Amino acid sequence: MKMPSLRDVGTEAKLLLIGIPVFLWSVIPVYHMVLFAISPKDSAFQGHLFPEHPTTRNFMTVFKQQHHYLDHFWEQMLNSTIIAVSTGVLTLLVATFAAFAISRLKVKGGSTVMNLALFTYFIPAAFLAVPMYRTMGLYGLLNHQIALILAMVTLASPYAIWVFKQASDKLPVELDEAAYIDGASPLQLFRLVYVPLMLPSLVAVGIYALLLAWNEYLYAFLLLSKDSDVTLGVGLGNFLSADDSPWELLMATGLVYALPPAAIYYTFRKYMVSGLTAGATKG
Amino acid sequence: MAVTTVAHHTTAAADTNTGGSGRTDAQTWGLIMIVPYILIFLFFVLYPVLYGFWIARKPESYVKLASDPIFWGTIRNTIIFVVVAINIKMLIALVLSGFFTAERWWVKALSTLFILPWALPSIPTILSWRFMLNPEWGIINQQIFRLTGEDGPNWLNDPTIALGFSMLVHVWKSLPFWTLILLSGRLAISKDLYEAASVDGAKSWHLFRHITWPSMQQLYFTCLILSMIWTLGDFNSVYLLTGGGPADLTHVLATLGVRYLRYDQIEQSMAAIVVALPLVLPLVYILMRRLGSNSGNKP
Repeated sequence: MKMPSLRDVGTEAKLLLIGIPVFLWSVIPVYHMVLFAISPKDSAFQGHLFPEHPTTRNFMTVFKQQHHYLDHFWEQMLNSTIIAVSTGVLTLLVATFAAFAISRLKVKGGSTVMNLALFTYFIPAAFLAVPMYRTMGLYGLLNHQIALILAMVTLASPYAIWVFKQASDKLPVELDEAAYIDGASPLQLFRLVYVPLMLPSLVAVGIYALLLAWNEYLYAFLLLSKDSDVTLGVGLGNFLSADDSPWELLMATGLVYALPPAAIYYTFRKYMVSGLTAGATKG
Repeated sequence: MAVTTVAHHTTAAADTNTGGSGRTDAQTWGLIMIVPYILIFLFFVLYPVLYGFWIARKPESYVKLASDPIFWGTIRNTIIFVVVAINIKMLIALVLSGFFTAERWWVKALSTLFILPWALPSIPTILSWRFMLNPEWGIINQQIFRLTGEDGPNWLNDPTIALGFSMLVHVWKSLPFWTLILLSGRLAISKDLYEAASVDGAKSWHLFRHITWPSMQQLYFTCLILSMIWTLGDFNSVYLLTGGGPADLTHVLATLGVRYLRYDQIEQSMAAIVVALPLVLPLVYILMRRLGSNSGNKP
């Protein structure tokens, strides 16, 4: 074995000099959340850096809905799930159809639609929130979960279409021609050739839309108002309505809320990174 | 793989059999398949936007807006947020993307932890920041008290510090995303270039200046502009951390519109957004040119 040279040691030291702050920076707020979630109330508030008497009591309180902030915990969890899954599925349907029509069927006006979608993607979501809120009121959808689902599909589909179009443009044209010669209709081409080939992008975009909806706060709290209708994210925000909020319960609920999307993200990380950065690094 | 062979196998025949009914069929189906998105666009983008402009049509709204001191503070905060925070964030992302190219087991492991802020929903993590900063029970001031015996500052009660922390939280949340994108840009650069230059004895700064940066410049500026636009809409980092306070001094445009809405001043709310458009639209235009025009062909 070769002794490391002075230069190697220097490089390692430099890497550590970046690595250690990066580690602390990334982990501290998350650690703080976990610390509060597993600490009994008194111990958490005394500023201990490590859990003295770790407990699952906070989680039990959350799951049994034993606090007035948590009266609708399970309902809100279900609401979040329904809204996220519906957004994911609807976005996939709308966006694959649109991208297929634009990229493979070369529908007339397709590039205009692509540009409009791209333009929508660039509008800051918070700017669209106020007029969207009013419009949903006019449509009579306000305080119905379908309003939030439609809003989230609106926000997610432009990027979805764009990613699909990028991926779809790379498939050889000959593929379509071959399918047509075999007597396939455009719909069969879509179902039997296009969708299977696009699977990695479909996974990435489906998860993107799902997480976007699960994590959304602004639209959820504007478009829904009843405690039994809102998502868990809005439920978390409601803890702030009083100064004496039970932080340990808020952090425990927050952790429960954060785990599913994090698990999904880490499971499909490979898809997420390749599928989404492929789109983003173009240009 | 199987698909490509099928494709090759029939290319010759394909030329003779395009056009005709197949094409019109494709157009009909294309139209049917694009209609769902067009409907979504019409009902939930175009109509709300037009309606928004209509709400913001009265000159009085702008007069009222201009006489509201909160509005000017918000414009200032938004500009500071976008110019300072985003540039710092992208610079750090650029440096870190280089760090994450290091081939060490622990750097790989660290990259998994590094994306935590991005992978976790922002609501609970921002609230975690908020509680860390609480003047009495927050963990930061508890430590300050333990070490010095003095009370720490009331962080979020000082508008400058509070805005600074909003920016910090924003950077914390979105840094992993941009680092990953810049990292994929770096990894796309051919290793041969670096090896050739290393043989010539180039220092790492020179490698960056003459190889990395020229290849990544385009990507970097695209990301910078994109991040600037999106940050105008970063509602959570401000709203969940400071709520726009103290005394409405830390609002940004994203939160101001909602503040007016809550006070039932919808006209002012829309006016505030319309006022921001001259700032946003040129950036959007640049991005459309950058990303839209070459979406078909490789850069």
